[in-house]
Amino acid sequence: MAGELSVHTHEGPTSFWRRYIFSTDHKVIGIQYLLTAMGMALVGGTLAMLIRLQLGWPDEKWPLLAKIFPRGMSGGVMNPDFYLALITMHGTLMIFFFVSLALVSGFGNYLLPLQIGARDMAFPFLNMLSYWTVVPACVIMLASFFVEGGAAASGWTAYPPLSAVEQAVPGSGLGQTLWILGMALFIASFTMGGLNFVTTILNERTRGMSMMRLPLFIWTLLIASILGLLAFPPLTAAAILLLFDRHGGTSFFLPSGLYFGERVLPHSGGSPLLWQHLFWFLGHPEVYVLILPALGVALDLLPPFTRKPIFGYRLTVYSLFAIGVLSMIVWGHHMFVSGMNPYVGEFFAIGTLAITIPSAIIGFNLIASLWGARLQLRTPALFALGSIAFFGTGGLGGIFLGNATSDIQLHDTYFVVGHFHFMIGGVTLLAILGGTYYWFPKMFGRMMNERLGKIHFWLTFVAFYAVFLTQHFLGFGGMPRRYYAFSKFEFLAPIRDMNAFISVAAFVLGAAQLIFLFNFFWSLFRGARAEQNPWRATTLEWVAPTPPPHGNWGETVPEVYRWPYDYSVPGAPEDFTPQTVPPTVVEVTR
Amino acid sequence: MKRPFDVEIRVEDMFRDARLWSDFGTPPSEDHRRGGFDGGFERPGLPVPNAQLGLWLFLGTVTMLFAGFTSAYLVRQAGPDWQPLPRPPILWINTGVLVLSSVLLEVGRRRRRALRRWILGATGLGVLFLFGQLLAWRTLRAQGIYLPTNPHSSFFYILTGAHGAHVLGGVIALLSVLALAWRDALGERTARRLSLCAVYWHFVGGLWLYLLFVLFLL
Repeated sequence: MAGELSVHTHEGPTSFWRRYIFSTDHKVIGIQYLLTAMGMALVGGTLAMLIRLQLGWPDEKWPLLAKIFPRGMSGGVMNPDFYLALITMHGTLMIFFFVSLALVSGFGNYLLPLQIGARDMAFPFLNMLSYWTVVPACVIMLASFFVEGGAAASGWTAYPPLSAVEQAVPGSGLGQTLWILGMALFIASFTMGGLNFVTTILNERTRGMSMMRLPLFIWTLLIASILGLLAFPPLTAAAILLLFDRHGGTSFFLPSGLYFGERVLPHSGGSPLLWQHLFWFLGHPEVYVLILPALGVALDLLPPFTRKPIFGYRLTVYSLFAIGVLSMIVWGHHMFVSGMNPYVGEFFAIGTLAITIPSAIIGFNLIASLWGARLQLRTPALFALGSIAFFGTGGLGGIFLGNATSDIQLHDTYFVVGHFHFMIGGVTLLAILGGTYYWFPKMFGRMMNERLGKIHFWLTFVAFYAVFLTQHFLGFGGMPRRYYAFSKFEFLAPIRDMNAFISVAAFVLGAAQLIFLFNFFWSLFRGARAEQNPWRATTLEWVAPTPPPHGNWGETVPEVYRWPYDYSVPGAPEDFTPQTVPPTVVEVTR
Repeated sequence: MKRPFDVEIRVEDMFRDARLWSDFGTPPSEDHRRGGFDGGFERPGLPVPNAQLGLWLFLGTVTMLFAGFTSAYLVRQAGPDWQPLPRPPILWINTGVLVLSSVLLEVGRRRRRALRRWILGATGLGVLFLFGQLLAWRTLRAQGIYLPTNPHSSFFYILTGAHGAHVLGGVIALLSVLALAWRDALGERTARRLSLCAVYWHFVGGLWLYLLFVLFLL
C-alpha cells in the first residue's frame, strides 16, 4: 500500500499545464527562470548595444532606428531622455532580471535539491508562486518602455529627486511608477525564493549530507539568500516612502525649494541622501547576492576539470560568512562624495578594505586549486577560469574605489563602470554561461557543442576585456558616466575616440552571445546524447538519472558518505569518487 | 593529516544546541523527520519543522522592513520641519484590544476545550483593532492632519497602514485556522497551523508596541 502510494507520487502531474507551466517541480521552475532570464538578458543586451551606438558615434544619424524608436530616436538622433531610460533599464534588467534570476533563482532552483539529495524544495507551492510573481514583474518592466514618457530614467539606483518628482524628466512619470511596481513584485518573488532556499538547505539534506559536505555552490546560495532576506526589506520600505513622495504629497526625500516648470514644489525638509542610504543598504549586499553564487559556480566547475579537490574548502566557507557580515556595513562607500563626515567615510573605507581579505582568500583558493592540476580545457573549465580572471581584475579596481581618497577622484567616472561590469557583469556572466555548458547535459540530456562553446568563450573573454578594461582608462582621464555625448568637452578630446573602439568591441561581445543562443537551441534538439555523468564529477546531481524524473531519485533517496570533492583519491578505482560511494569501497577522508 | 585551519566546527551542531528553536509550537513533526514522501531515515536537518523555520525567516524580513522604516524615521525626525503629532487617545484602547487578543489566543491554545470560541474571540479583537486604527485616522483627519501635513503625520499614516496590512494578514490566517478547526476539531494539523498563527500574531502585537514606542515616545 505504502509502496503504491510512493510510486504514484513519483510520477508527478501528467497534464501539460501542471507539468510545464504551473509546475511545482523545482527543475521545471529552475528552467523557467533560466529561460526568462535569457529573454530579459536579450532585451538588456540590446539596450547596451544602443547605448554603445550613441557613445561611439554621437554625431551620426541612424534613419533606420528612427523607424523602430520614433520617439526615442526621432530623426535618427538619440534623444537624451531616451539615453537615460536606456542606461536605467539596462542596469535594472541585467542586475535584477538577468543575473539574479539566472544565478540564484535559475541554477539555485534546479540544483539545490539535486545537490543536497532532496526530492524537491521545502515549499514547492511557494516556489511556483515565486516564479509566477516575477513574470508580471518582467512584463511590467518591459511594458514601461511603451507608456507615455517612456521607461524610468533615474538610473537603476532611482535617486530622488529624478525618481520622486513626476515632472522631472519624461521617464519620471508613469515609467518610474511602473519601475517601482515591477521592483516590488521582484522583491516579493525573491523573498519567497530566499525563504525556500534557506529552509531547504537547512532542513532537506539527505542522510550523511552534513553542512561541511555541501558543495560550495550551495554554501554561496545559503549566504546569498540570507543576505537577500535581510537587505531587500529596507529597500521595500524606502520604495513605499518614495511612492508616497510621488503620489501622496509627502516629503521624505524631497527638500524644499525644488523648482520645476516655473513653479516651486510644495515639498519641504526631505533628504535625498536618506534614499541613498536606504538604497545602498540593499544595493551593496545585493552585489554579493550576485557574485557569491557566481564564485560558487566557479568553485564547483573547477574540480571536475582539474581532477583534484578544491583548495581550502573550510576557509572558503568561513570567508563567505565574513563577506556576508561585512557586506552589510559598507554601503557608505557608494556615497563618499555625498559630503559625509570624513570619519564616517573612514569607517566605510576600512570596512570595505576588510572585505578584500575574505574575497582574496576565495580568489587565492580558486587559483591554488589549479596547482598540480591535470587541467582539461573543456568549455565549462574555460568559463570558470575566465571568471577567476575577471574576479582578479575587478577586485583590483575595487581597492581603488573602496578607498575614499582615490574614490573621490574616480567617483562617477567610467572607472566605476568598468569595475562593476567586471564584477557583477563579468564574473556572473561567465559563471552563468559556464554553468549552462556544464549542467546542460543534466537538464536536457544532450551535450552542447564544444567547438562553438570555445569560440564563444574566447570572443566573450577578449571582447569583455577590450570594453571594460579600456573604460578604466577613460575613468582615469576623467570621463563621467551617464553622459549621452562627450562632443562638447575640450578636456576629453584626447580620449574621446576610444569610445568608438569600445563600441566595436561591445558589438563583438554582443554578437558572440548569438553563437551561444544558437548553440543552446541547436544542442537542445541535435546535440550528442549525454551520459548520466559526462564530466565524471562527484556531486550528487550526477547520480540522478538524466534528465532527473519528478522526485529526482526514483525509489530511494541517495545517502552521502563523503565531501563533494573526492577527486584522485589514492587507492580508489577511479579518479573520482561520487559522494554516494560508501566507506567500504573507498576510504572517507572528510 | 592535520592541516592548518582544520578546525572541526559543524554549523548544524551549533544550531542543534540552541534548543531555543524548539520552544515554540510543536515538536518536529513525524513526516518532517522522515524526509518528505518516501521517508525511511532521519535527515540531518534542524529540529524545527519547515513551516516554522520558514515563518521565522519571514518574520526576520518583516523585522528588517520596519528597521528600514525606523532608520528613515530617525533621520527625518532630525529635519527642520518636524512637528510632533497629537496622539489620538483611542490608540491606547487599540493597544489593549490587540494585547487582549494575543492573550485569548494563548489561553485558548492551552485549553483545547472550546478552542474555536477562543480563536473566534482573538480574531474578533483583531478586527476590532483594525477598526480602532481607522478611527484614529479619522480623528486626525477631523483635526485637519493629513498624510502630507508634516513628516510625523506622514510616518504615522504609513507605519500604521503597513502594520495594519500585516494585522489583516494575521486575521485571514486565523480565519483559515478557524475554518480548519471547524472541520477537523482538535486534529494535529489544526494544532500545528494554530501554533504558527500564534507566533505570527504575537509578533504583530509586539510590532505594534514597538511602533507605538517609536512614534510617540522616542
